[in-house]
Amino acid sequence: MKSWTVAAEIVRGSAITMRHFFVNMAFHTLRLFGIKTRRQGAVTIQYPEVRKELSSRHRSLHRLRPRADGRSSCVSCMLCVTVCPSECITVEAAEDPDPEIQKAPVRFEVDLGRCCFCGFCVEACPVDAIRMDTGEIRLASASRVALKTRLDKT
Amino acid sequence: MPAEALIIAVKVVLALTWTLLLALFLTWVERKESAVLQDRIGANRASILGLRLFGLFQPFADAIKMLFKEDFAPSFAQRTLHWLAPAFSFFFVAVTMIAVPFGDDVHLLGRTIPLQVVDLNAAVLFVLAMLSLGVYGILVSGWASSNRFALVGSLRGAAQLVSYEAALGLSLVGLIMVFPSLSLSRIVEFQGGRLLGILPRWGIFLQPLGFVVFYLAGLAGTKRVPFDLPEGESEIIGFYTEYGGLKFGLFMFTDFLEVIVLAALSTTLFFGGWQVPWLGDTGFAFPWGRAVPVAPWGVTVLRVLSFNLKVLFFCWLQILTRWTYPRFRYDQVMDLGWKLLVPFGVVNVLATGLVLAVR
Repeated sequence: MKSWTVAAEIVRGSAITMRHFFVNMAFHTLRLFGIKTRRQGAVTIQYPEVRKELSSRHRSLHRLRPRADGRSSCVSCMLCVTVCPSECITVEAAEDPDPEIQKAPVRFEVDLGRCCFCGFCVEACPVDAIRMDTGEIRLASASRVALKTRLDKT
Repeated sequence: MPAEALIIAVKVVLALTWTLLLALFLTWVERKESAVLQDRIGANRASILGLRLFGLFQPFADAIKMLFKEDFAPSFAQRTLHWLAPAFSFFFVAVTMIAVPFGDDVHLLGRTIPLQVVDLNAAVLFVLAMLSLGVYGILVSGWASSNRFALVGSLRGAAQLVSYEAALGLSLVGLIMVFPSLSLSRIVEFQGGRLLGILPRWGIFLQPLGFVVFYLAGLAGTKRVPFDLPEGESEIIGFYTEYGGLKFGLFMFTDFLEVIVLAALSTTLFFGGWQVPWLGDTGFAFPWGRAVPVAPWGVTVLRVLSFNLKVLFFCWLQILTRWTYPRFRYDQVMDLGWKLLVPFGVVNVLATGLVLAVR
């Protein structure tokens, strides 16, 4: 009895792989000859050429939200620097030419080699200046120095 | 005499080229087939001047990579044997292809040339002997590596191959009783007729149990998943632990050659070799009474094509098997060999003998 179940499962296993093979092969062949099908032969996303859509909540490379005149809206309050658990944000503050605004950064640097993409800086910012919604996820670099990203200069 | 020697030389070169090219592109087939049955795409990036061609250049990229790797042998290894082991493995498998008939006799310039390198009159024994000599490649590699993992792998491999050798031999006894010859070309010729008026007289229809035993034992002989205990990638790396670069490549290549040899042998012994169903020397003679004449060259082409298609089918089937089933445990492998395949082989021999005696 048991050996019959084993034999049946062996046949069933190869039936499953064979079904996958022939179904996928059929879709591959149809698409090769330019016939559009709703389903593809494979679930693979050909990465550098084809991108998967990122979630709207996805935390990617940081950016500073600009004001209407183009300058960044950061007021150098240092809240993000304080809250950052990785201590990867460096802000150098300076006087802002606009008397209405207290300070502006002359250097806003994020060390991507240290950043853990927790998003606390975004949460902490009182003026909603820093955001992580650029959708840029290819952040690799050949050197550590190059990972230190200036956000005030793009 | 020089013409004979030339013909032999050409046939050797052609058979070797055919086998090696098929083995080379079987690596591509393996990548692609496994990808397709796992809903993936598979290696498709290797390109020449932007021409990708479904990744068909991948085998060349692999070969170039292996060529440029360091030819490394550990200092504690026995250098000569370490060098010889992959060559042993490769040679004993590759040499079996000389006994396989690729097609019918060709009449060219007043000569009759059989499309077979050597028509040995004991080809079945020769093939079995060479396949069992392949054990030396495994044993020597494990021994020469002076590495415990390699030794364990090689001993597993030797035990497995020796066990399945028995079932492999037994499964062919029934076939030799039905087609009373040990010559592969004679066996293929015997399979030319018709069975019960409809079926082609192939070994599979006369010896179904024999084929199952032969195929399973042959699968175990190729040392691939589900029988890859000598290799056992996830636990012991197996007998090629200490091999890298081209020498490792040769071992991998031998695996694919074994796939081809098993496919070619299954075709030759059980699926009529180069026989096309209902195709005689002058043309098709269908069981429903119609006859379609085919020119002699057409018959030859059809027969060679038929052999190649059958071999490709069995390669495909083996790769499907390899990507479907998980590995056996060691005792399960031994149980399957000694408690299932050997008894079935004996039953097959007895049943065949009984039928032949009663008839």
